[in-house]
Amino acid sequence: MTETTTTAGSGGRDDAPRSAARSAEPTADQKARGETALTAITLTINRTPADVYAFWRNFANLAPAMENVASIAVKDDRTSHWIVNAPGGGTVEWDAIVTEDVPGALIAWSSAEGADISNSGRVEFRDAGERGTFVSATIAYDPPAGIIGKLVAKLTQKEPAIQQRRDLRRIKQLLETGEIATSSPPNPAPKA
Amino acid sequence: MRALTWHGKHDVRVDTVPDPEIINPRDAIIRITSTAICGSDLHLYDGYIPTMKAGDILGHEFMGEVVETGARSTLKKGQRVVVPFVIACGSCYFCGKHQYSACDNSNPADNQDISEELWGHPASGLFGYSHMTGGYPGGQAEYVRVPFSDVGPIVIPDGIDDEKVLFLSDILPTGWMAAENADIEPGDTVAVWGCGPVGLFAVQSAFLMGAARVIAIDHFPNRLALAKKFGAEILNYEDSKVYDALMEMTGGIGPDAVIDAVGLESHGLFADNVLDQIKATAFLGTERPHVLRQAIIACRKGGRVSVPGVYGGFVDKFPMGAFMEKGLTMKTGQTHVQHYLPGLLNAIVEGKIDTTFLISHRMALEDAPHGYDIFKNKQDEVTKVVLKPGLAKAA
Ligand SMILES: [Zn+2]
Ligand SMILES: [Zn+2]
Repeated sequence: MTETTTTAGSGGRDDAPRSAARSAEPTADQKARGETALTAITLTINRTPADVYAFWRNFANLAPAMENVASIAVKDDRTSHWIVNAPGGGTVEWDAIVTEDVPGALIAWSSAEGADISNSGRVEFRDAGERGTFVSATIAYDPPAGIIGKLVAKLTQKEPAIQQRRDLRRIKQLLETGEIATSSPPNPAPKA
Repeated sequence: MRALTWHGKHDVRVDTVPDPEIINPRDAIIRITSTAICGSDLHLYDGYIPTMKAGDILGHEFMGEVVETGARSTLKKGQRVVVPFVIACGSCYFCGKHQYSACDNSNPADNQDISEELWGHPASGLFGYSHMTGGYPGGQAEYVRVPFSDVGPIVIPDGIDDEKVLFLSDILPTGWMAAENADIEPGDTVAVWGCGPVGLFAVQSAFLMGAARVIAIDHFPNRLALAKKFGAEILNYEDSKVYDALMEMTGGIGPDAVIDAVGLESHGLFADNVLDQIKATAFLGTERPHVLRQAIIACRKGGRVSVPGVYGGFVDKFPMGAFMEKGLTMKTGQTHVQHYLPGLLNAIVEGKIDTTFLISHRMALEDAPHGYDIFKNKQDEVTKVVLKPGLAKAA
């Protein structure tokens, strides 16, 4: 349970995950593995690893919890189509392909050729006993050059860790309570 | 509908606002029949609490009739319910341990960042109490939306007046938990700082838990008289040196447990009151003693410190030496209201606990701004204001 599989230490001298590193600069090891713009966060969800995996594996379930995501449509067992709201209006789109799939333990995906933004994600589920499941999500973006790249940088680099933490918390709320907590009346402008 | 809204320091108004709607499946809408102004509403009124927005509806102590239910609510239209001020999902790890005020899920994700930044972990959602605790519209209104209505509200049997049960929403369970956190053993002497509603309920609760003596400390004669009515010995800190008196009254031992039912009223939330600090360096300020400091110094060796009083920031000159060297234990926290409701409702029905003595003023919702004004400025005579949306506005 103490094993940290997502990362290899914040500075190479301890067991802390890289997201806790004092320096934003990746170590030589991390650079060698190709790790660049990356956010990672772990939350505990009070459901079994099998439940959390099953929910996540149907990517369409994630859309209502993710602030910038307009829709996620499942095309086949490995492919889903993501439409994401860009700052200042408009959308960016890509197909995400599942690249690794270990039932109850791990899902990794990567954007397909031709994506507006090249990106990849990885989520691991570890049994946390009576507390449920430790869910560690890692998202890496590779913003392209040009105008879209600038928009995407705004989108993904605003506060990527905070954004991702909020998204993961909403997924936790859905899984634990069946709904997403809100104090605001429903948005009169429907999601695209 | 009509609702009491916040517009700034000492500026609350009754406005016409949109009716609440069901948003989530576990929601219910309650038509308010009685709602109270709380001492902690005065912290909002005084502008101590950050993240308030103009137009926010206040009120976290309320009850009423169920008028609408979401698909997954377990309530039925027409039921009378009292609603806990703490919003809790009932299904997270903490709710499973009955630590409802630590609920992981009731604060919307966007609102969790501030408290996580301040306190290391996000706060749960509360009704009518700023955006860092969720931004949920409160119950000083004609109607309110209650999230997770299958977990919080307790159904009140017919034939029991609103005024007997209204305080189940906050101050009664808060006073009870304050006494429980003091780990009272039969024969104990318990000292309670602050004879506001929470302090007075802590006095009653401490006796029910077996305390032999309760010593109540305040400076409002009327509030001290109420404490005396429940069997407490009283100390007016304007007339007596509190530490000296407590030592004399306990043969030099000190109280076995001390309860700080004052909290932020003596401090300010994020900046310690400078004047208080200057007075406290002489150790016995005559006006607003730094209660927590005084309670720790007075507590007997190996004793217990219970803190129901609300704090939000840092406490200056916390007497860590006294706390450690005397081997004290401290327990605190927002109240796990849901956990205490069935037992306390029973105690009310059986006549073991009386709550109606506290109500000094009843008025229309339309007169709520006047209620805030007198509750703030005439604390000796105004012990509790209950607002009734059904009443006509006073002339
Ligand atoms: Zn209250
Ligand atoms: Zn909960």
